[in-house]
Amino acid sequence: MRTLFATVLTGALLAASSAWAQDFRIGLQEDPDLLDPHRARTFVGRIVFTSLCDKLIDVDAKLNFVPELASEWAWSDENKTLTFKLVEGALFHDGTPFNAEAAKANIDRARTLQDSLRKSELASVESVEVVDEFTVALHLSKPDATLLAQLSDRAGMMLSPATFDGDVAANPVCSGPYKFASRVQNDRIVLEKFADHRDAGAHHFDRLVFLPIPDSTVRLANLRAGDLDMLERLNPSDAESVRGDAALQFMPVAGLGYQGITINTGGGERSENPLGQDKRVRQAFQLAIGRDVINDVVGQKLFEPAQQPFPAASPYNSPSFPVVQRDPEAAKALLAEAGVERVSFELSFGNNTTTQAINELIQAMAAEAGFDISLRPTEFAAMQQDMKSGNYQASQIGWSGRVDPDGNLHQFVTCEGALNDSKYCNEEVDRLLNAARVTPDVGERQALYEDAQKILQDELPIIYIYHQPWPFVLSGAVSGFTAYPDGMVRLKGVQLSK
Amino acid sequence: MLKLTLRRLLVAIPTLILVSLIVFSLQKLLPGDPLLTMAGEERDPEVLAFLREKYRLDDPFHVQYLAWLGNVLTGDFGRSLRTGVPVSTLIAQKLPVTLQLAVMAIVLALLIGIPAGILSAVKKGTATDYAANVVALSGVSIPNFWLGIILIMVVSVQWQLLPASGYVPPTENFLQSLRTMLMPSFVLATALAAYLMRHTRSAMLGVLSSDYIRTAKAKGLLPKTVILKHALRNALMPIVTLTTLLFGELLAGAVLTEQVFTIPGFGKLIVDAVFTRDYAVVQGVVLCTAVGFIFMNLVADLLYVVINPRLRHPQ
Amino acid sequence: MSMQAEAIAPRRRFGRTITKFVGNRSAVLGGAVVLVFVLLAAGAPLFSTHDPFQASFTTIRHAPSAEFWFGSDELGRDVYSRMLYGARASLLAGMISVSIALLVGVPFGLVAGFYGGWADAVISRITEAMLAIPFLILAIALAAFLGPSLSNAMIAIGLSATPIFIRLTRGQALAIKTEDYVEGARAIGLPNHLIMTRYIFPNVLPPIVVQATITVATAIIAEASLSFLGLGQQPPNPSWGSMLNTAKNFMSQAPWMSVFPGGAIFLVVLGFNLLGDGLRDALDPRDH
Repeated sequence: MRTLFATVLTGALLAASSAWAQDFRIGLQEDPDLLDPHRARTFVGRIVFTSLCDKLIDVDAKLNFVPELASEWAWSDENKTLTFKLVEGALFHDGTPFNAEAAKANIDRARTLQDSLRKSELASVESVEVVDEFTVALHLSKPDATLLAQLSDRAGMMLSPATFDGDVAANPVCSGPYKFASRVQNDRIVLEKFADHRDAGAHHFDRLVFLPIPDSTVRLANLRAGDLDMLERLNPSDAESVRGDAALQFMPVAGLGYQGITINTGGGERSENPLGQDKRVRQAFQLAIGRDVINDVVGQKLFEPAQQPFPAASPYNSPSFPVVQRDPEAAKALLAEAGVERVSFELSFGNNTTTQAINELIQAMAAEAGFDISLRPTEFAAMQQDMKSGNYQASQIGWSGRVDPDGNLHQFVTCEGALNDSKYCNEEVDRLLNAARVTPDVGERQALYEDAQKILQDELPIIYIYHQPWPFVLSGAVSGFTAYPDGMVRLKGVQLSK
Repeated sequence: MLKLTLRRLLVAIPTLILVSLIVFSLQKLLPGDPLLTMAGEERDPEVLAFLREKYRLDDPFHVQYLAWLGNVLTGDFGRSLRTGVPVSTLIAQKLPVTLQLAVMAIVLALLIGIPAGILSAVKKGTATDYAANVVALSGVSIPNFWLGIILIMVVSVQWQLLPASGYVPPTENFLQSLRTMLMPSFVLATALAAYLMRHTRSAMLGVLSSDYIRTAKAKGLLPKTVILKHALRNALMPIVTLTTLLFGELLAGAVLTEQVFTIPGFGKLIVDAVFTRDYAVVQGVVLCTAVGFIFMNLVADLLYVVINPRLRHPQ
Repeated sequence: MSMQAEAIAPRRRFGRTITKFVGNRSAVLGGAVVLVFVLLAAGAPLFSTHDPFQASFTTIRHAPSAEFWFGSDELGRDVYSRMLYGARASLLAGMISVSIALLVGVPFGLVAGFYGGWADAVISRITEAMLAIPFLILAIALAAFLGPSLSNAMIAIGLSATPIFIRLTRGQALAIKTEDYVEGARAIGLPNHLIMTRYIFPNVLPPIVVQATITVATAIIAEASLSFLGLGQQPPNPSWGSMLNTAKNFMSQAPWMSVFPGGAIFLVVLGFNLLGDGLRDALDPRDH
């Protein structure tokens, strides 16, 4: 009797522990928004989509495009047709097959759905043609060098067309390695393994649990307590303690985005000050800031100094523009040249303790070079509107980054750009960046960006400070994980020991 | 008493309308455009135009308010602008969580605060009194955030005794549910207990020095009986006021504590909603909170009458 | 009850209150603690050892030492000097917002509790509405329309603390007005305002004093969350609350960043509470 009891108990314990081992729990910094790839907007949501929704193509750790639902692709018709050969045998989570019809339906949905946020990304697509069951062709109104990058992200994610009429966000049906199981807002998103995925053998977990835990210190404590298996976006202030902890793996990677200072150069009366009107004052301001100091003091070596909007890994990051080193004396000389002795302006920033430290540091450094900055912490929604309406002088703000260089620059500095809060306008820059949009050849494109940057680095409507890092932390039991510059969590081949 | 209850329930309706009007107009005053948040990082002008049309945010104030009120009367609180989930679903998900946390916190606070207050009043001027006061005041001086993180680090990470965070519904696993909520409710209770302790102490001191307690003591009644039966009863007024108010506040959500322990309650919901200008959620939750306060104030008024029957017949 | 005798000779009572208060050692101690902090805040430039705003990249998060008495912070600034300057914002935030809550809350609570009826109904419904409005919305709206400043932060904190004072005063007034001596005063035809000021008000005070002295702590901490929203003390000007806010990122690496501001809040609140206790005892009409 006693042995029987012991056996049952051990069996139950084993069963319990193996059931536990098949869950993989990821701590997120925020709660994602709508789980509909065509209507979603947050970075954090893309982390969930990576396991939930397969896309036509993916990127590798070096930002090359690699096959996912499309096995190969080719440009034709003077770069105005993009043809995808699709993988055969892929299924959606509801059992319906993925084919060219489904791909067409999705791309059409993404570019026509009224509240789709993918419209501008797919603006060049004029029509989608089903060539045969597993071939789909996109016909463009003009060549679009950014299109592949868009299709490697949410614009290329495929939902089961049979579910379009339902509430997609409440129950997204895709074709990724994990399918949607449940969600409680601000609490968790649970995905279950999709056994019929063509790559199911390389995905080792029964369930993925995404837990939004906003505070970095708390996320880390949860990881240490064994309540999480990995977390994303560790706060730099916690980096020191993670580096010294043998039970954890620290995997930071420089991301695609940046943090910088956007300066109001042409947006009405608040741009009418030396900083907004005189590029020499902006150049002096840049010389007053020590990007490496910010990296050392606040970033704990995670804030890789940035001079350009493109990530260091990108082929468009040009060696012609090395990071400007701090030089308060040169800054003062430039100010003197501009005919001003001291410059005062207001610098706004979104409220969190890290940005506050960065901006206090900028304020202190710039003071030595002749800038009297008053800091204005504000909440993000208010700052966003102030910037859009030109009611600011300078703002410290970032961009989460895109694979294609266009996504990190065009909208911010072209005269009509939707994100041009500097209200900066230069016809030559517009011409170069518009040309870069339609030039698929990497070499030619590099030259165009180089020319555009020559102007922008001189006029400085945006001063880039550092590349946005994606610091991942994993428990020691996790193996096979690679950190990608896009900050996504790809779980193929990732395992949890014991 | 029944009349009082019924009358108050009737009066609750204008109060709720008042609350919703205030919140509605405050929202109009807030800087920041909800559509900018909704349109995402890219801020596609075409999408912005569509959303502006869809949510009719440019309509005049009274049109928007009446439309909202009409929907509420039919039981439709709208959908979250951020996640598209119906507000009623959100409230149904978060209310039990917040309620459980609030009940556990207030019970803990009462269990700690009232005995400590009595003890410190009875032993006024002794080391016990000073110790109790110092502990209580540390309770209000230590931010909840802090205490929470320290508890997680010690109890969950070091000792591995309690789960660090999360929420388990009591219907799923009652014991585990209590375990996950223990630390957060304790953190909340520290400050609440301090308030209760200080008020209990003060009220008890007042009553203990009054004539009839002296008389009771002189009559040779046992001190314990005097304290519990006579003194405490008369000290209860401020304690009742405070407890009902604190409970109401807990129902409005405890943002920082929820955040530290990752509890999906009202606090986080409302803060996120305010920051992303998710007005439908703000309105729904505020209305819900208002009902909570109205109910707790009613409870307080009924308890006053129980404690002091003379209040039954106000002149 | 002794109250009746008291009412006839209020002046003698005042004198005795002072005597009792001065004779109360803990009250004097509490007063001394508060006074010391006020002096330190007022004389911050005299007592500080460093420039509280001067960032120094060579002294990031140094532990307390002869150079940095309370250590240095994440930008290498002296925590001790920042605390002296921060005391100004924090003490002001604590005292002024509590005063606002008292000045608004107590009179309305008295009226609601004493008169009852319509006055009570209106005041109570408004209180309920105030309680239900999220503090955050009120604060952001105030910041947007009155402009970001420390005094507006105090208004926001004060207003949000008001309902609790109304409820406490009202509850206490309700109880007191049924006491025999109030009925007696009514019977001899004393006017309402005299009954309120002579009988009700002194008896309402003890819980109010207790609440006010604790609310000081809540207000100091609340100021920090407002400075975060752009309301309240503007960076890099310090306040204890905002120092604590920053310090929470460095709890294990640099505990001194949080221990000292946290300790200061505790001491000030302790001081106010001891003071409050003394006041309570001195005012207690029944204590001989």
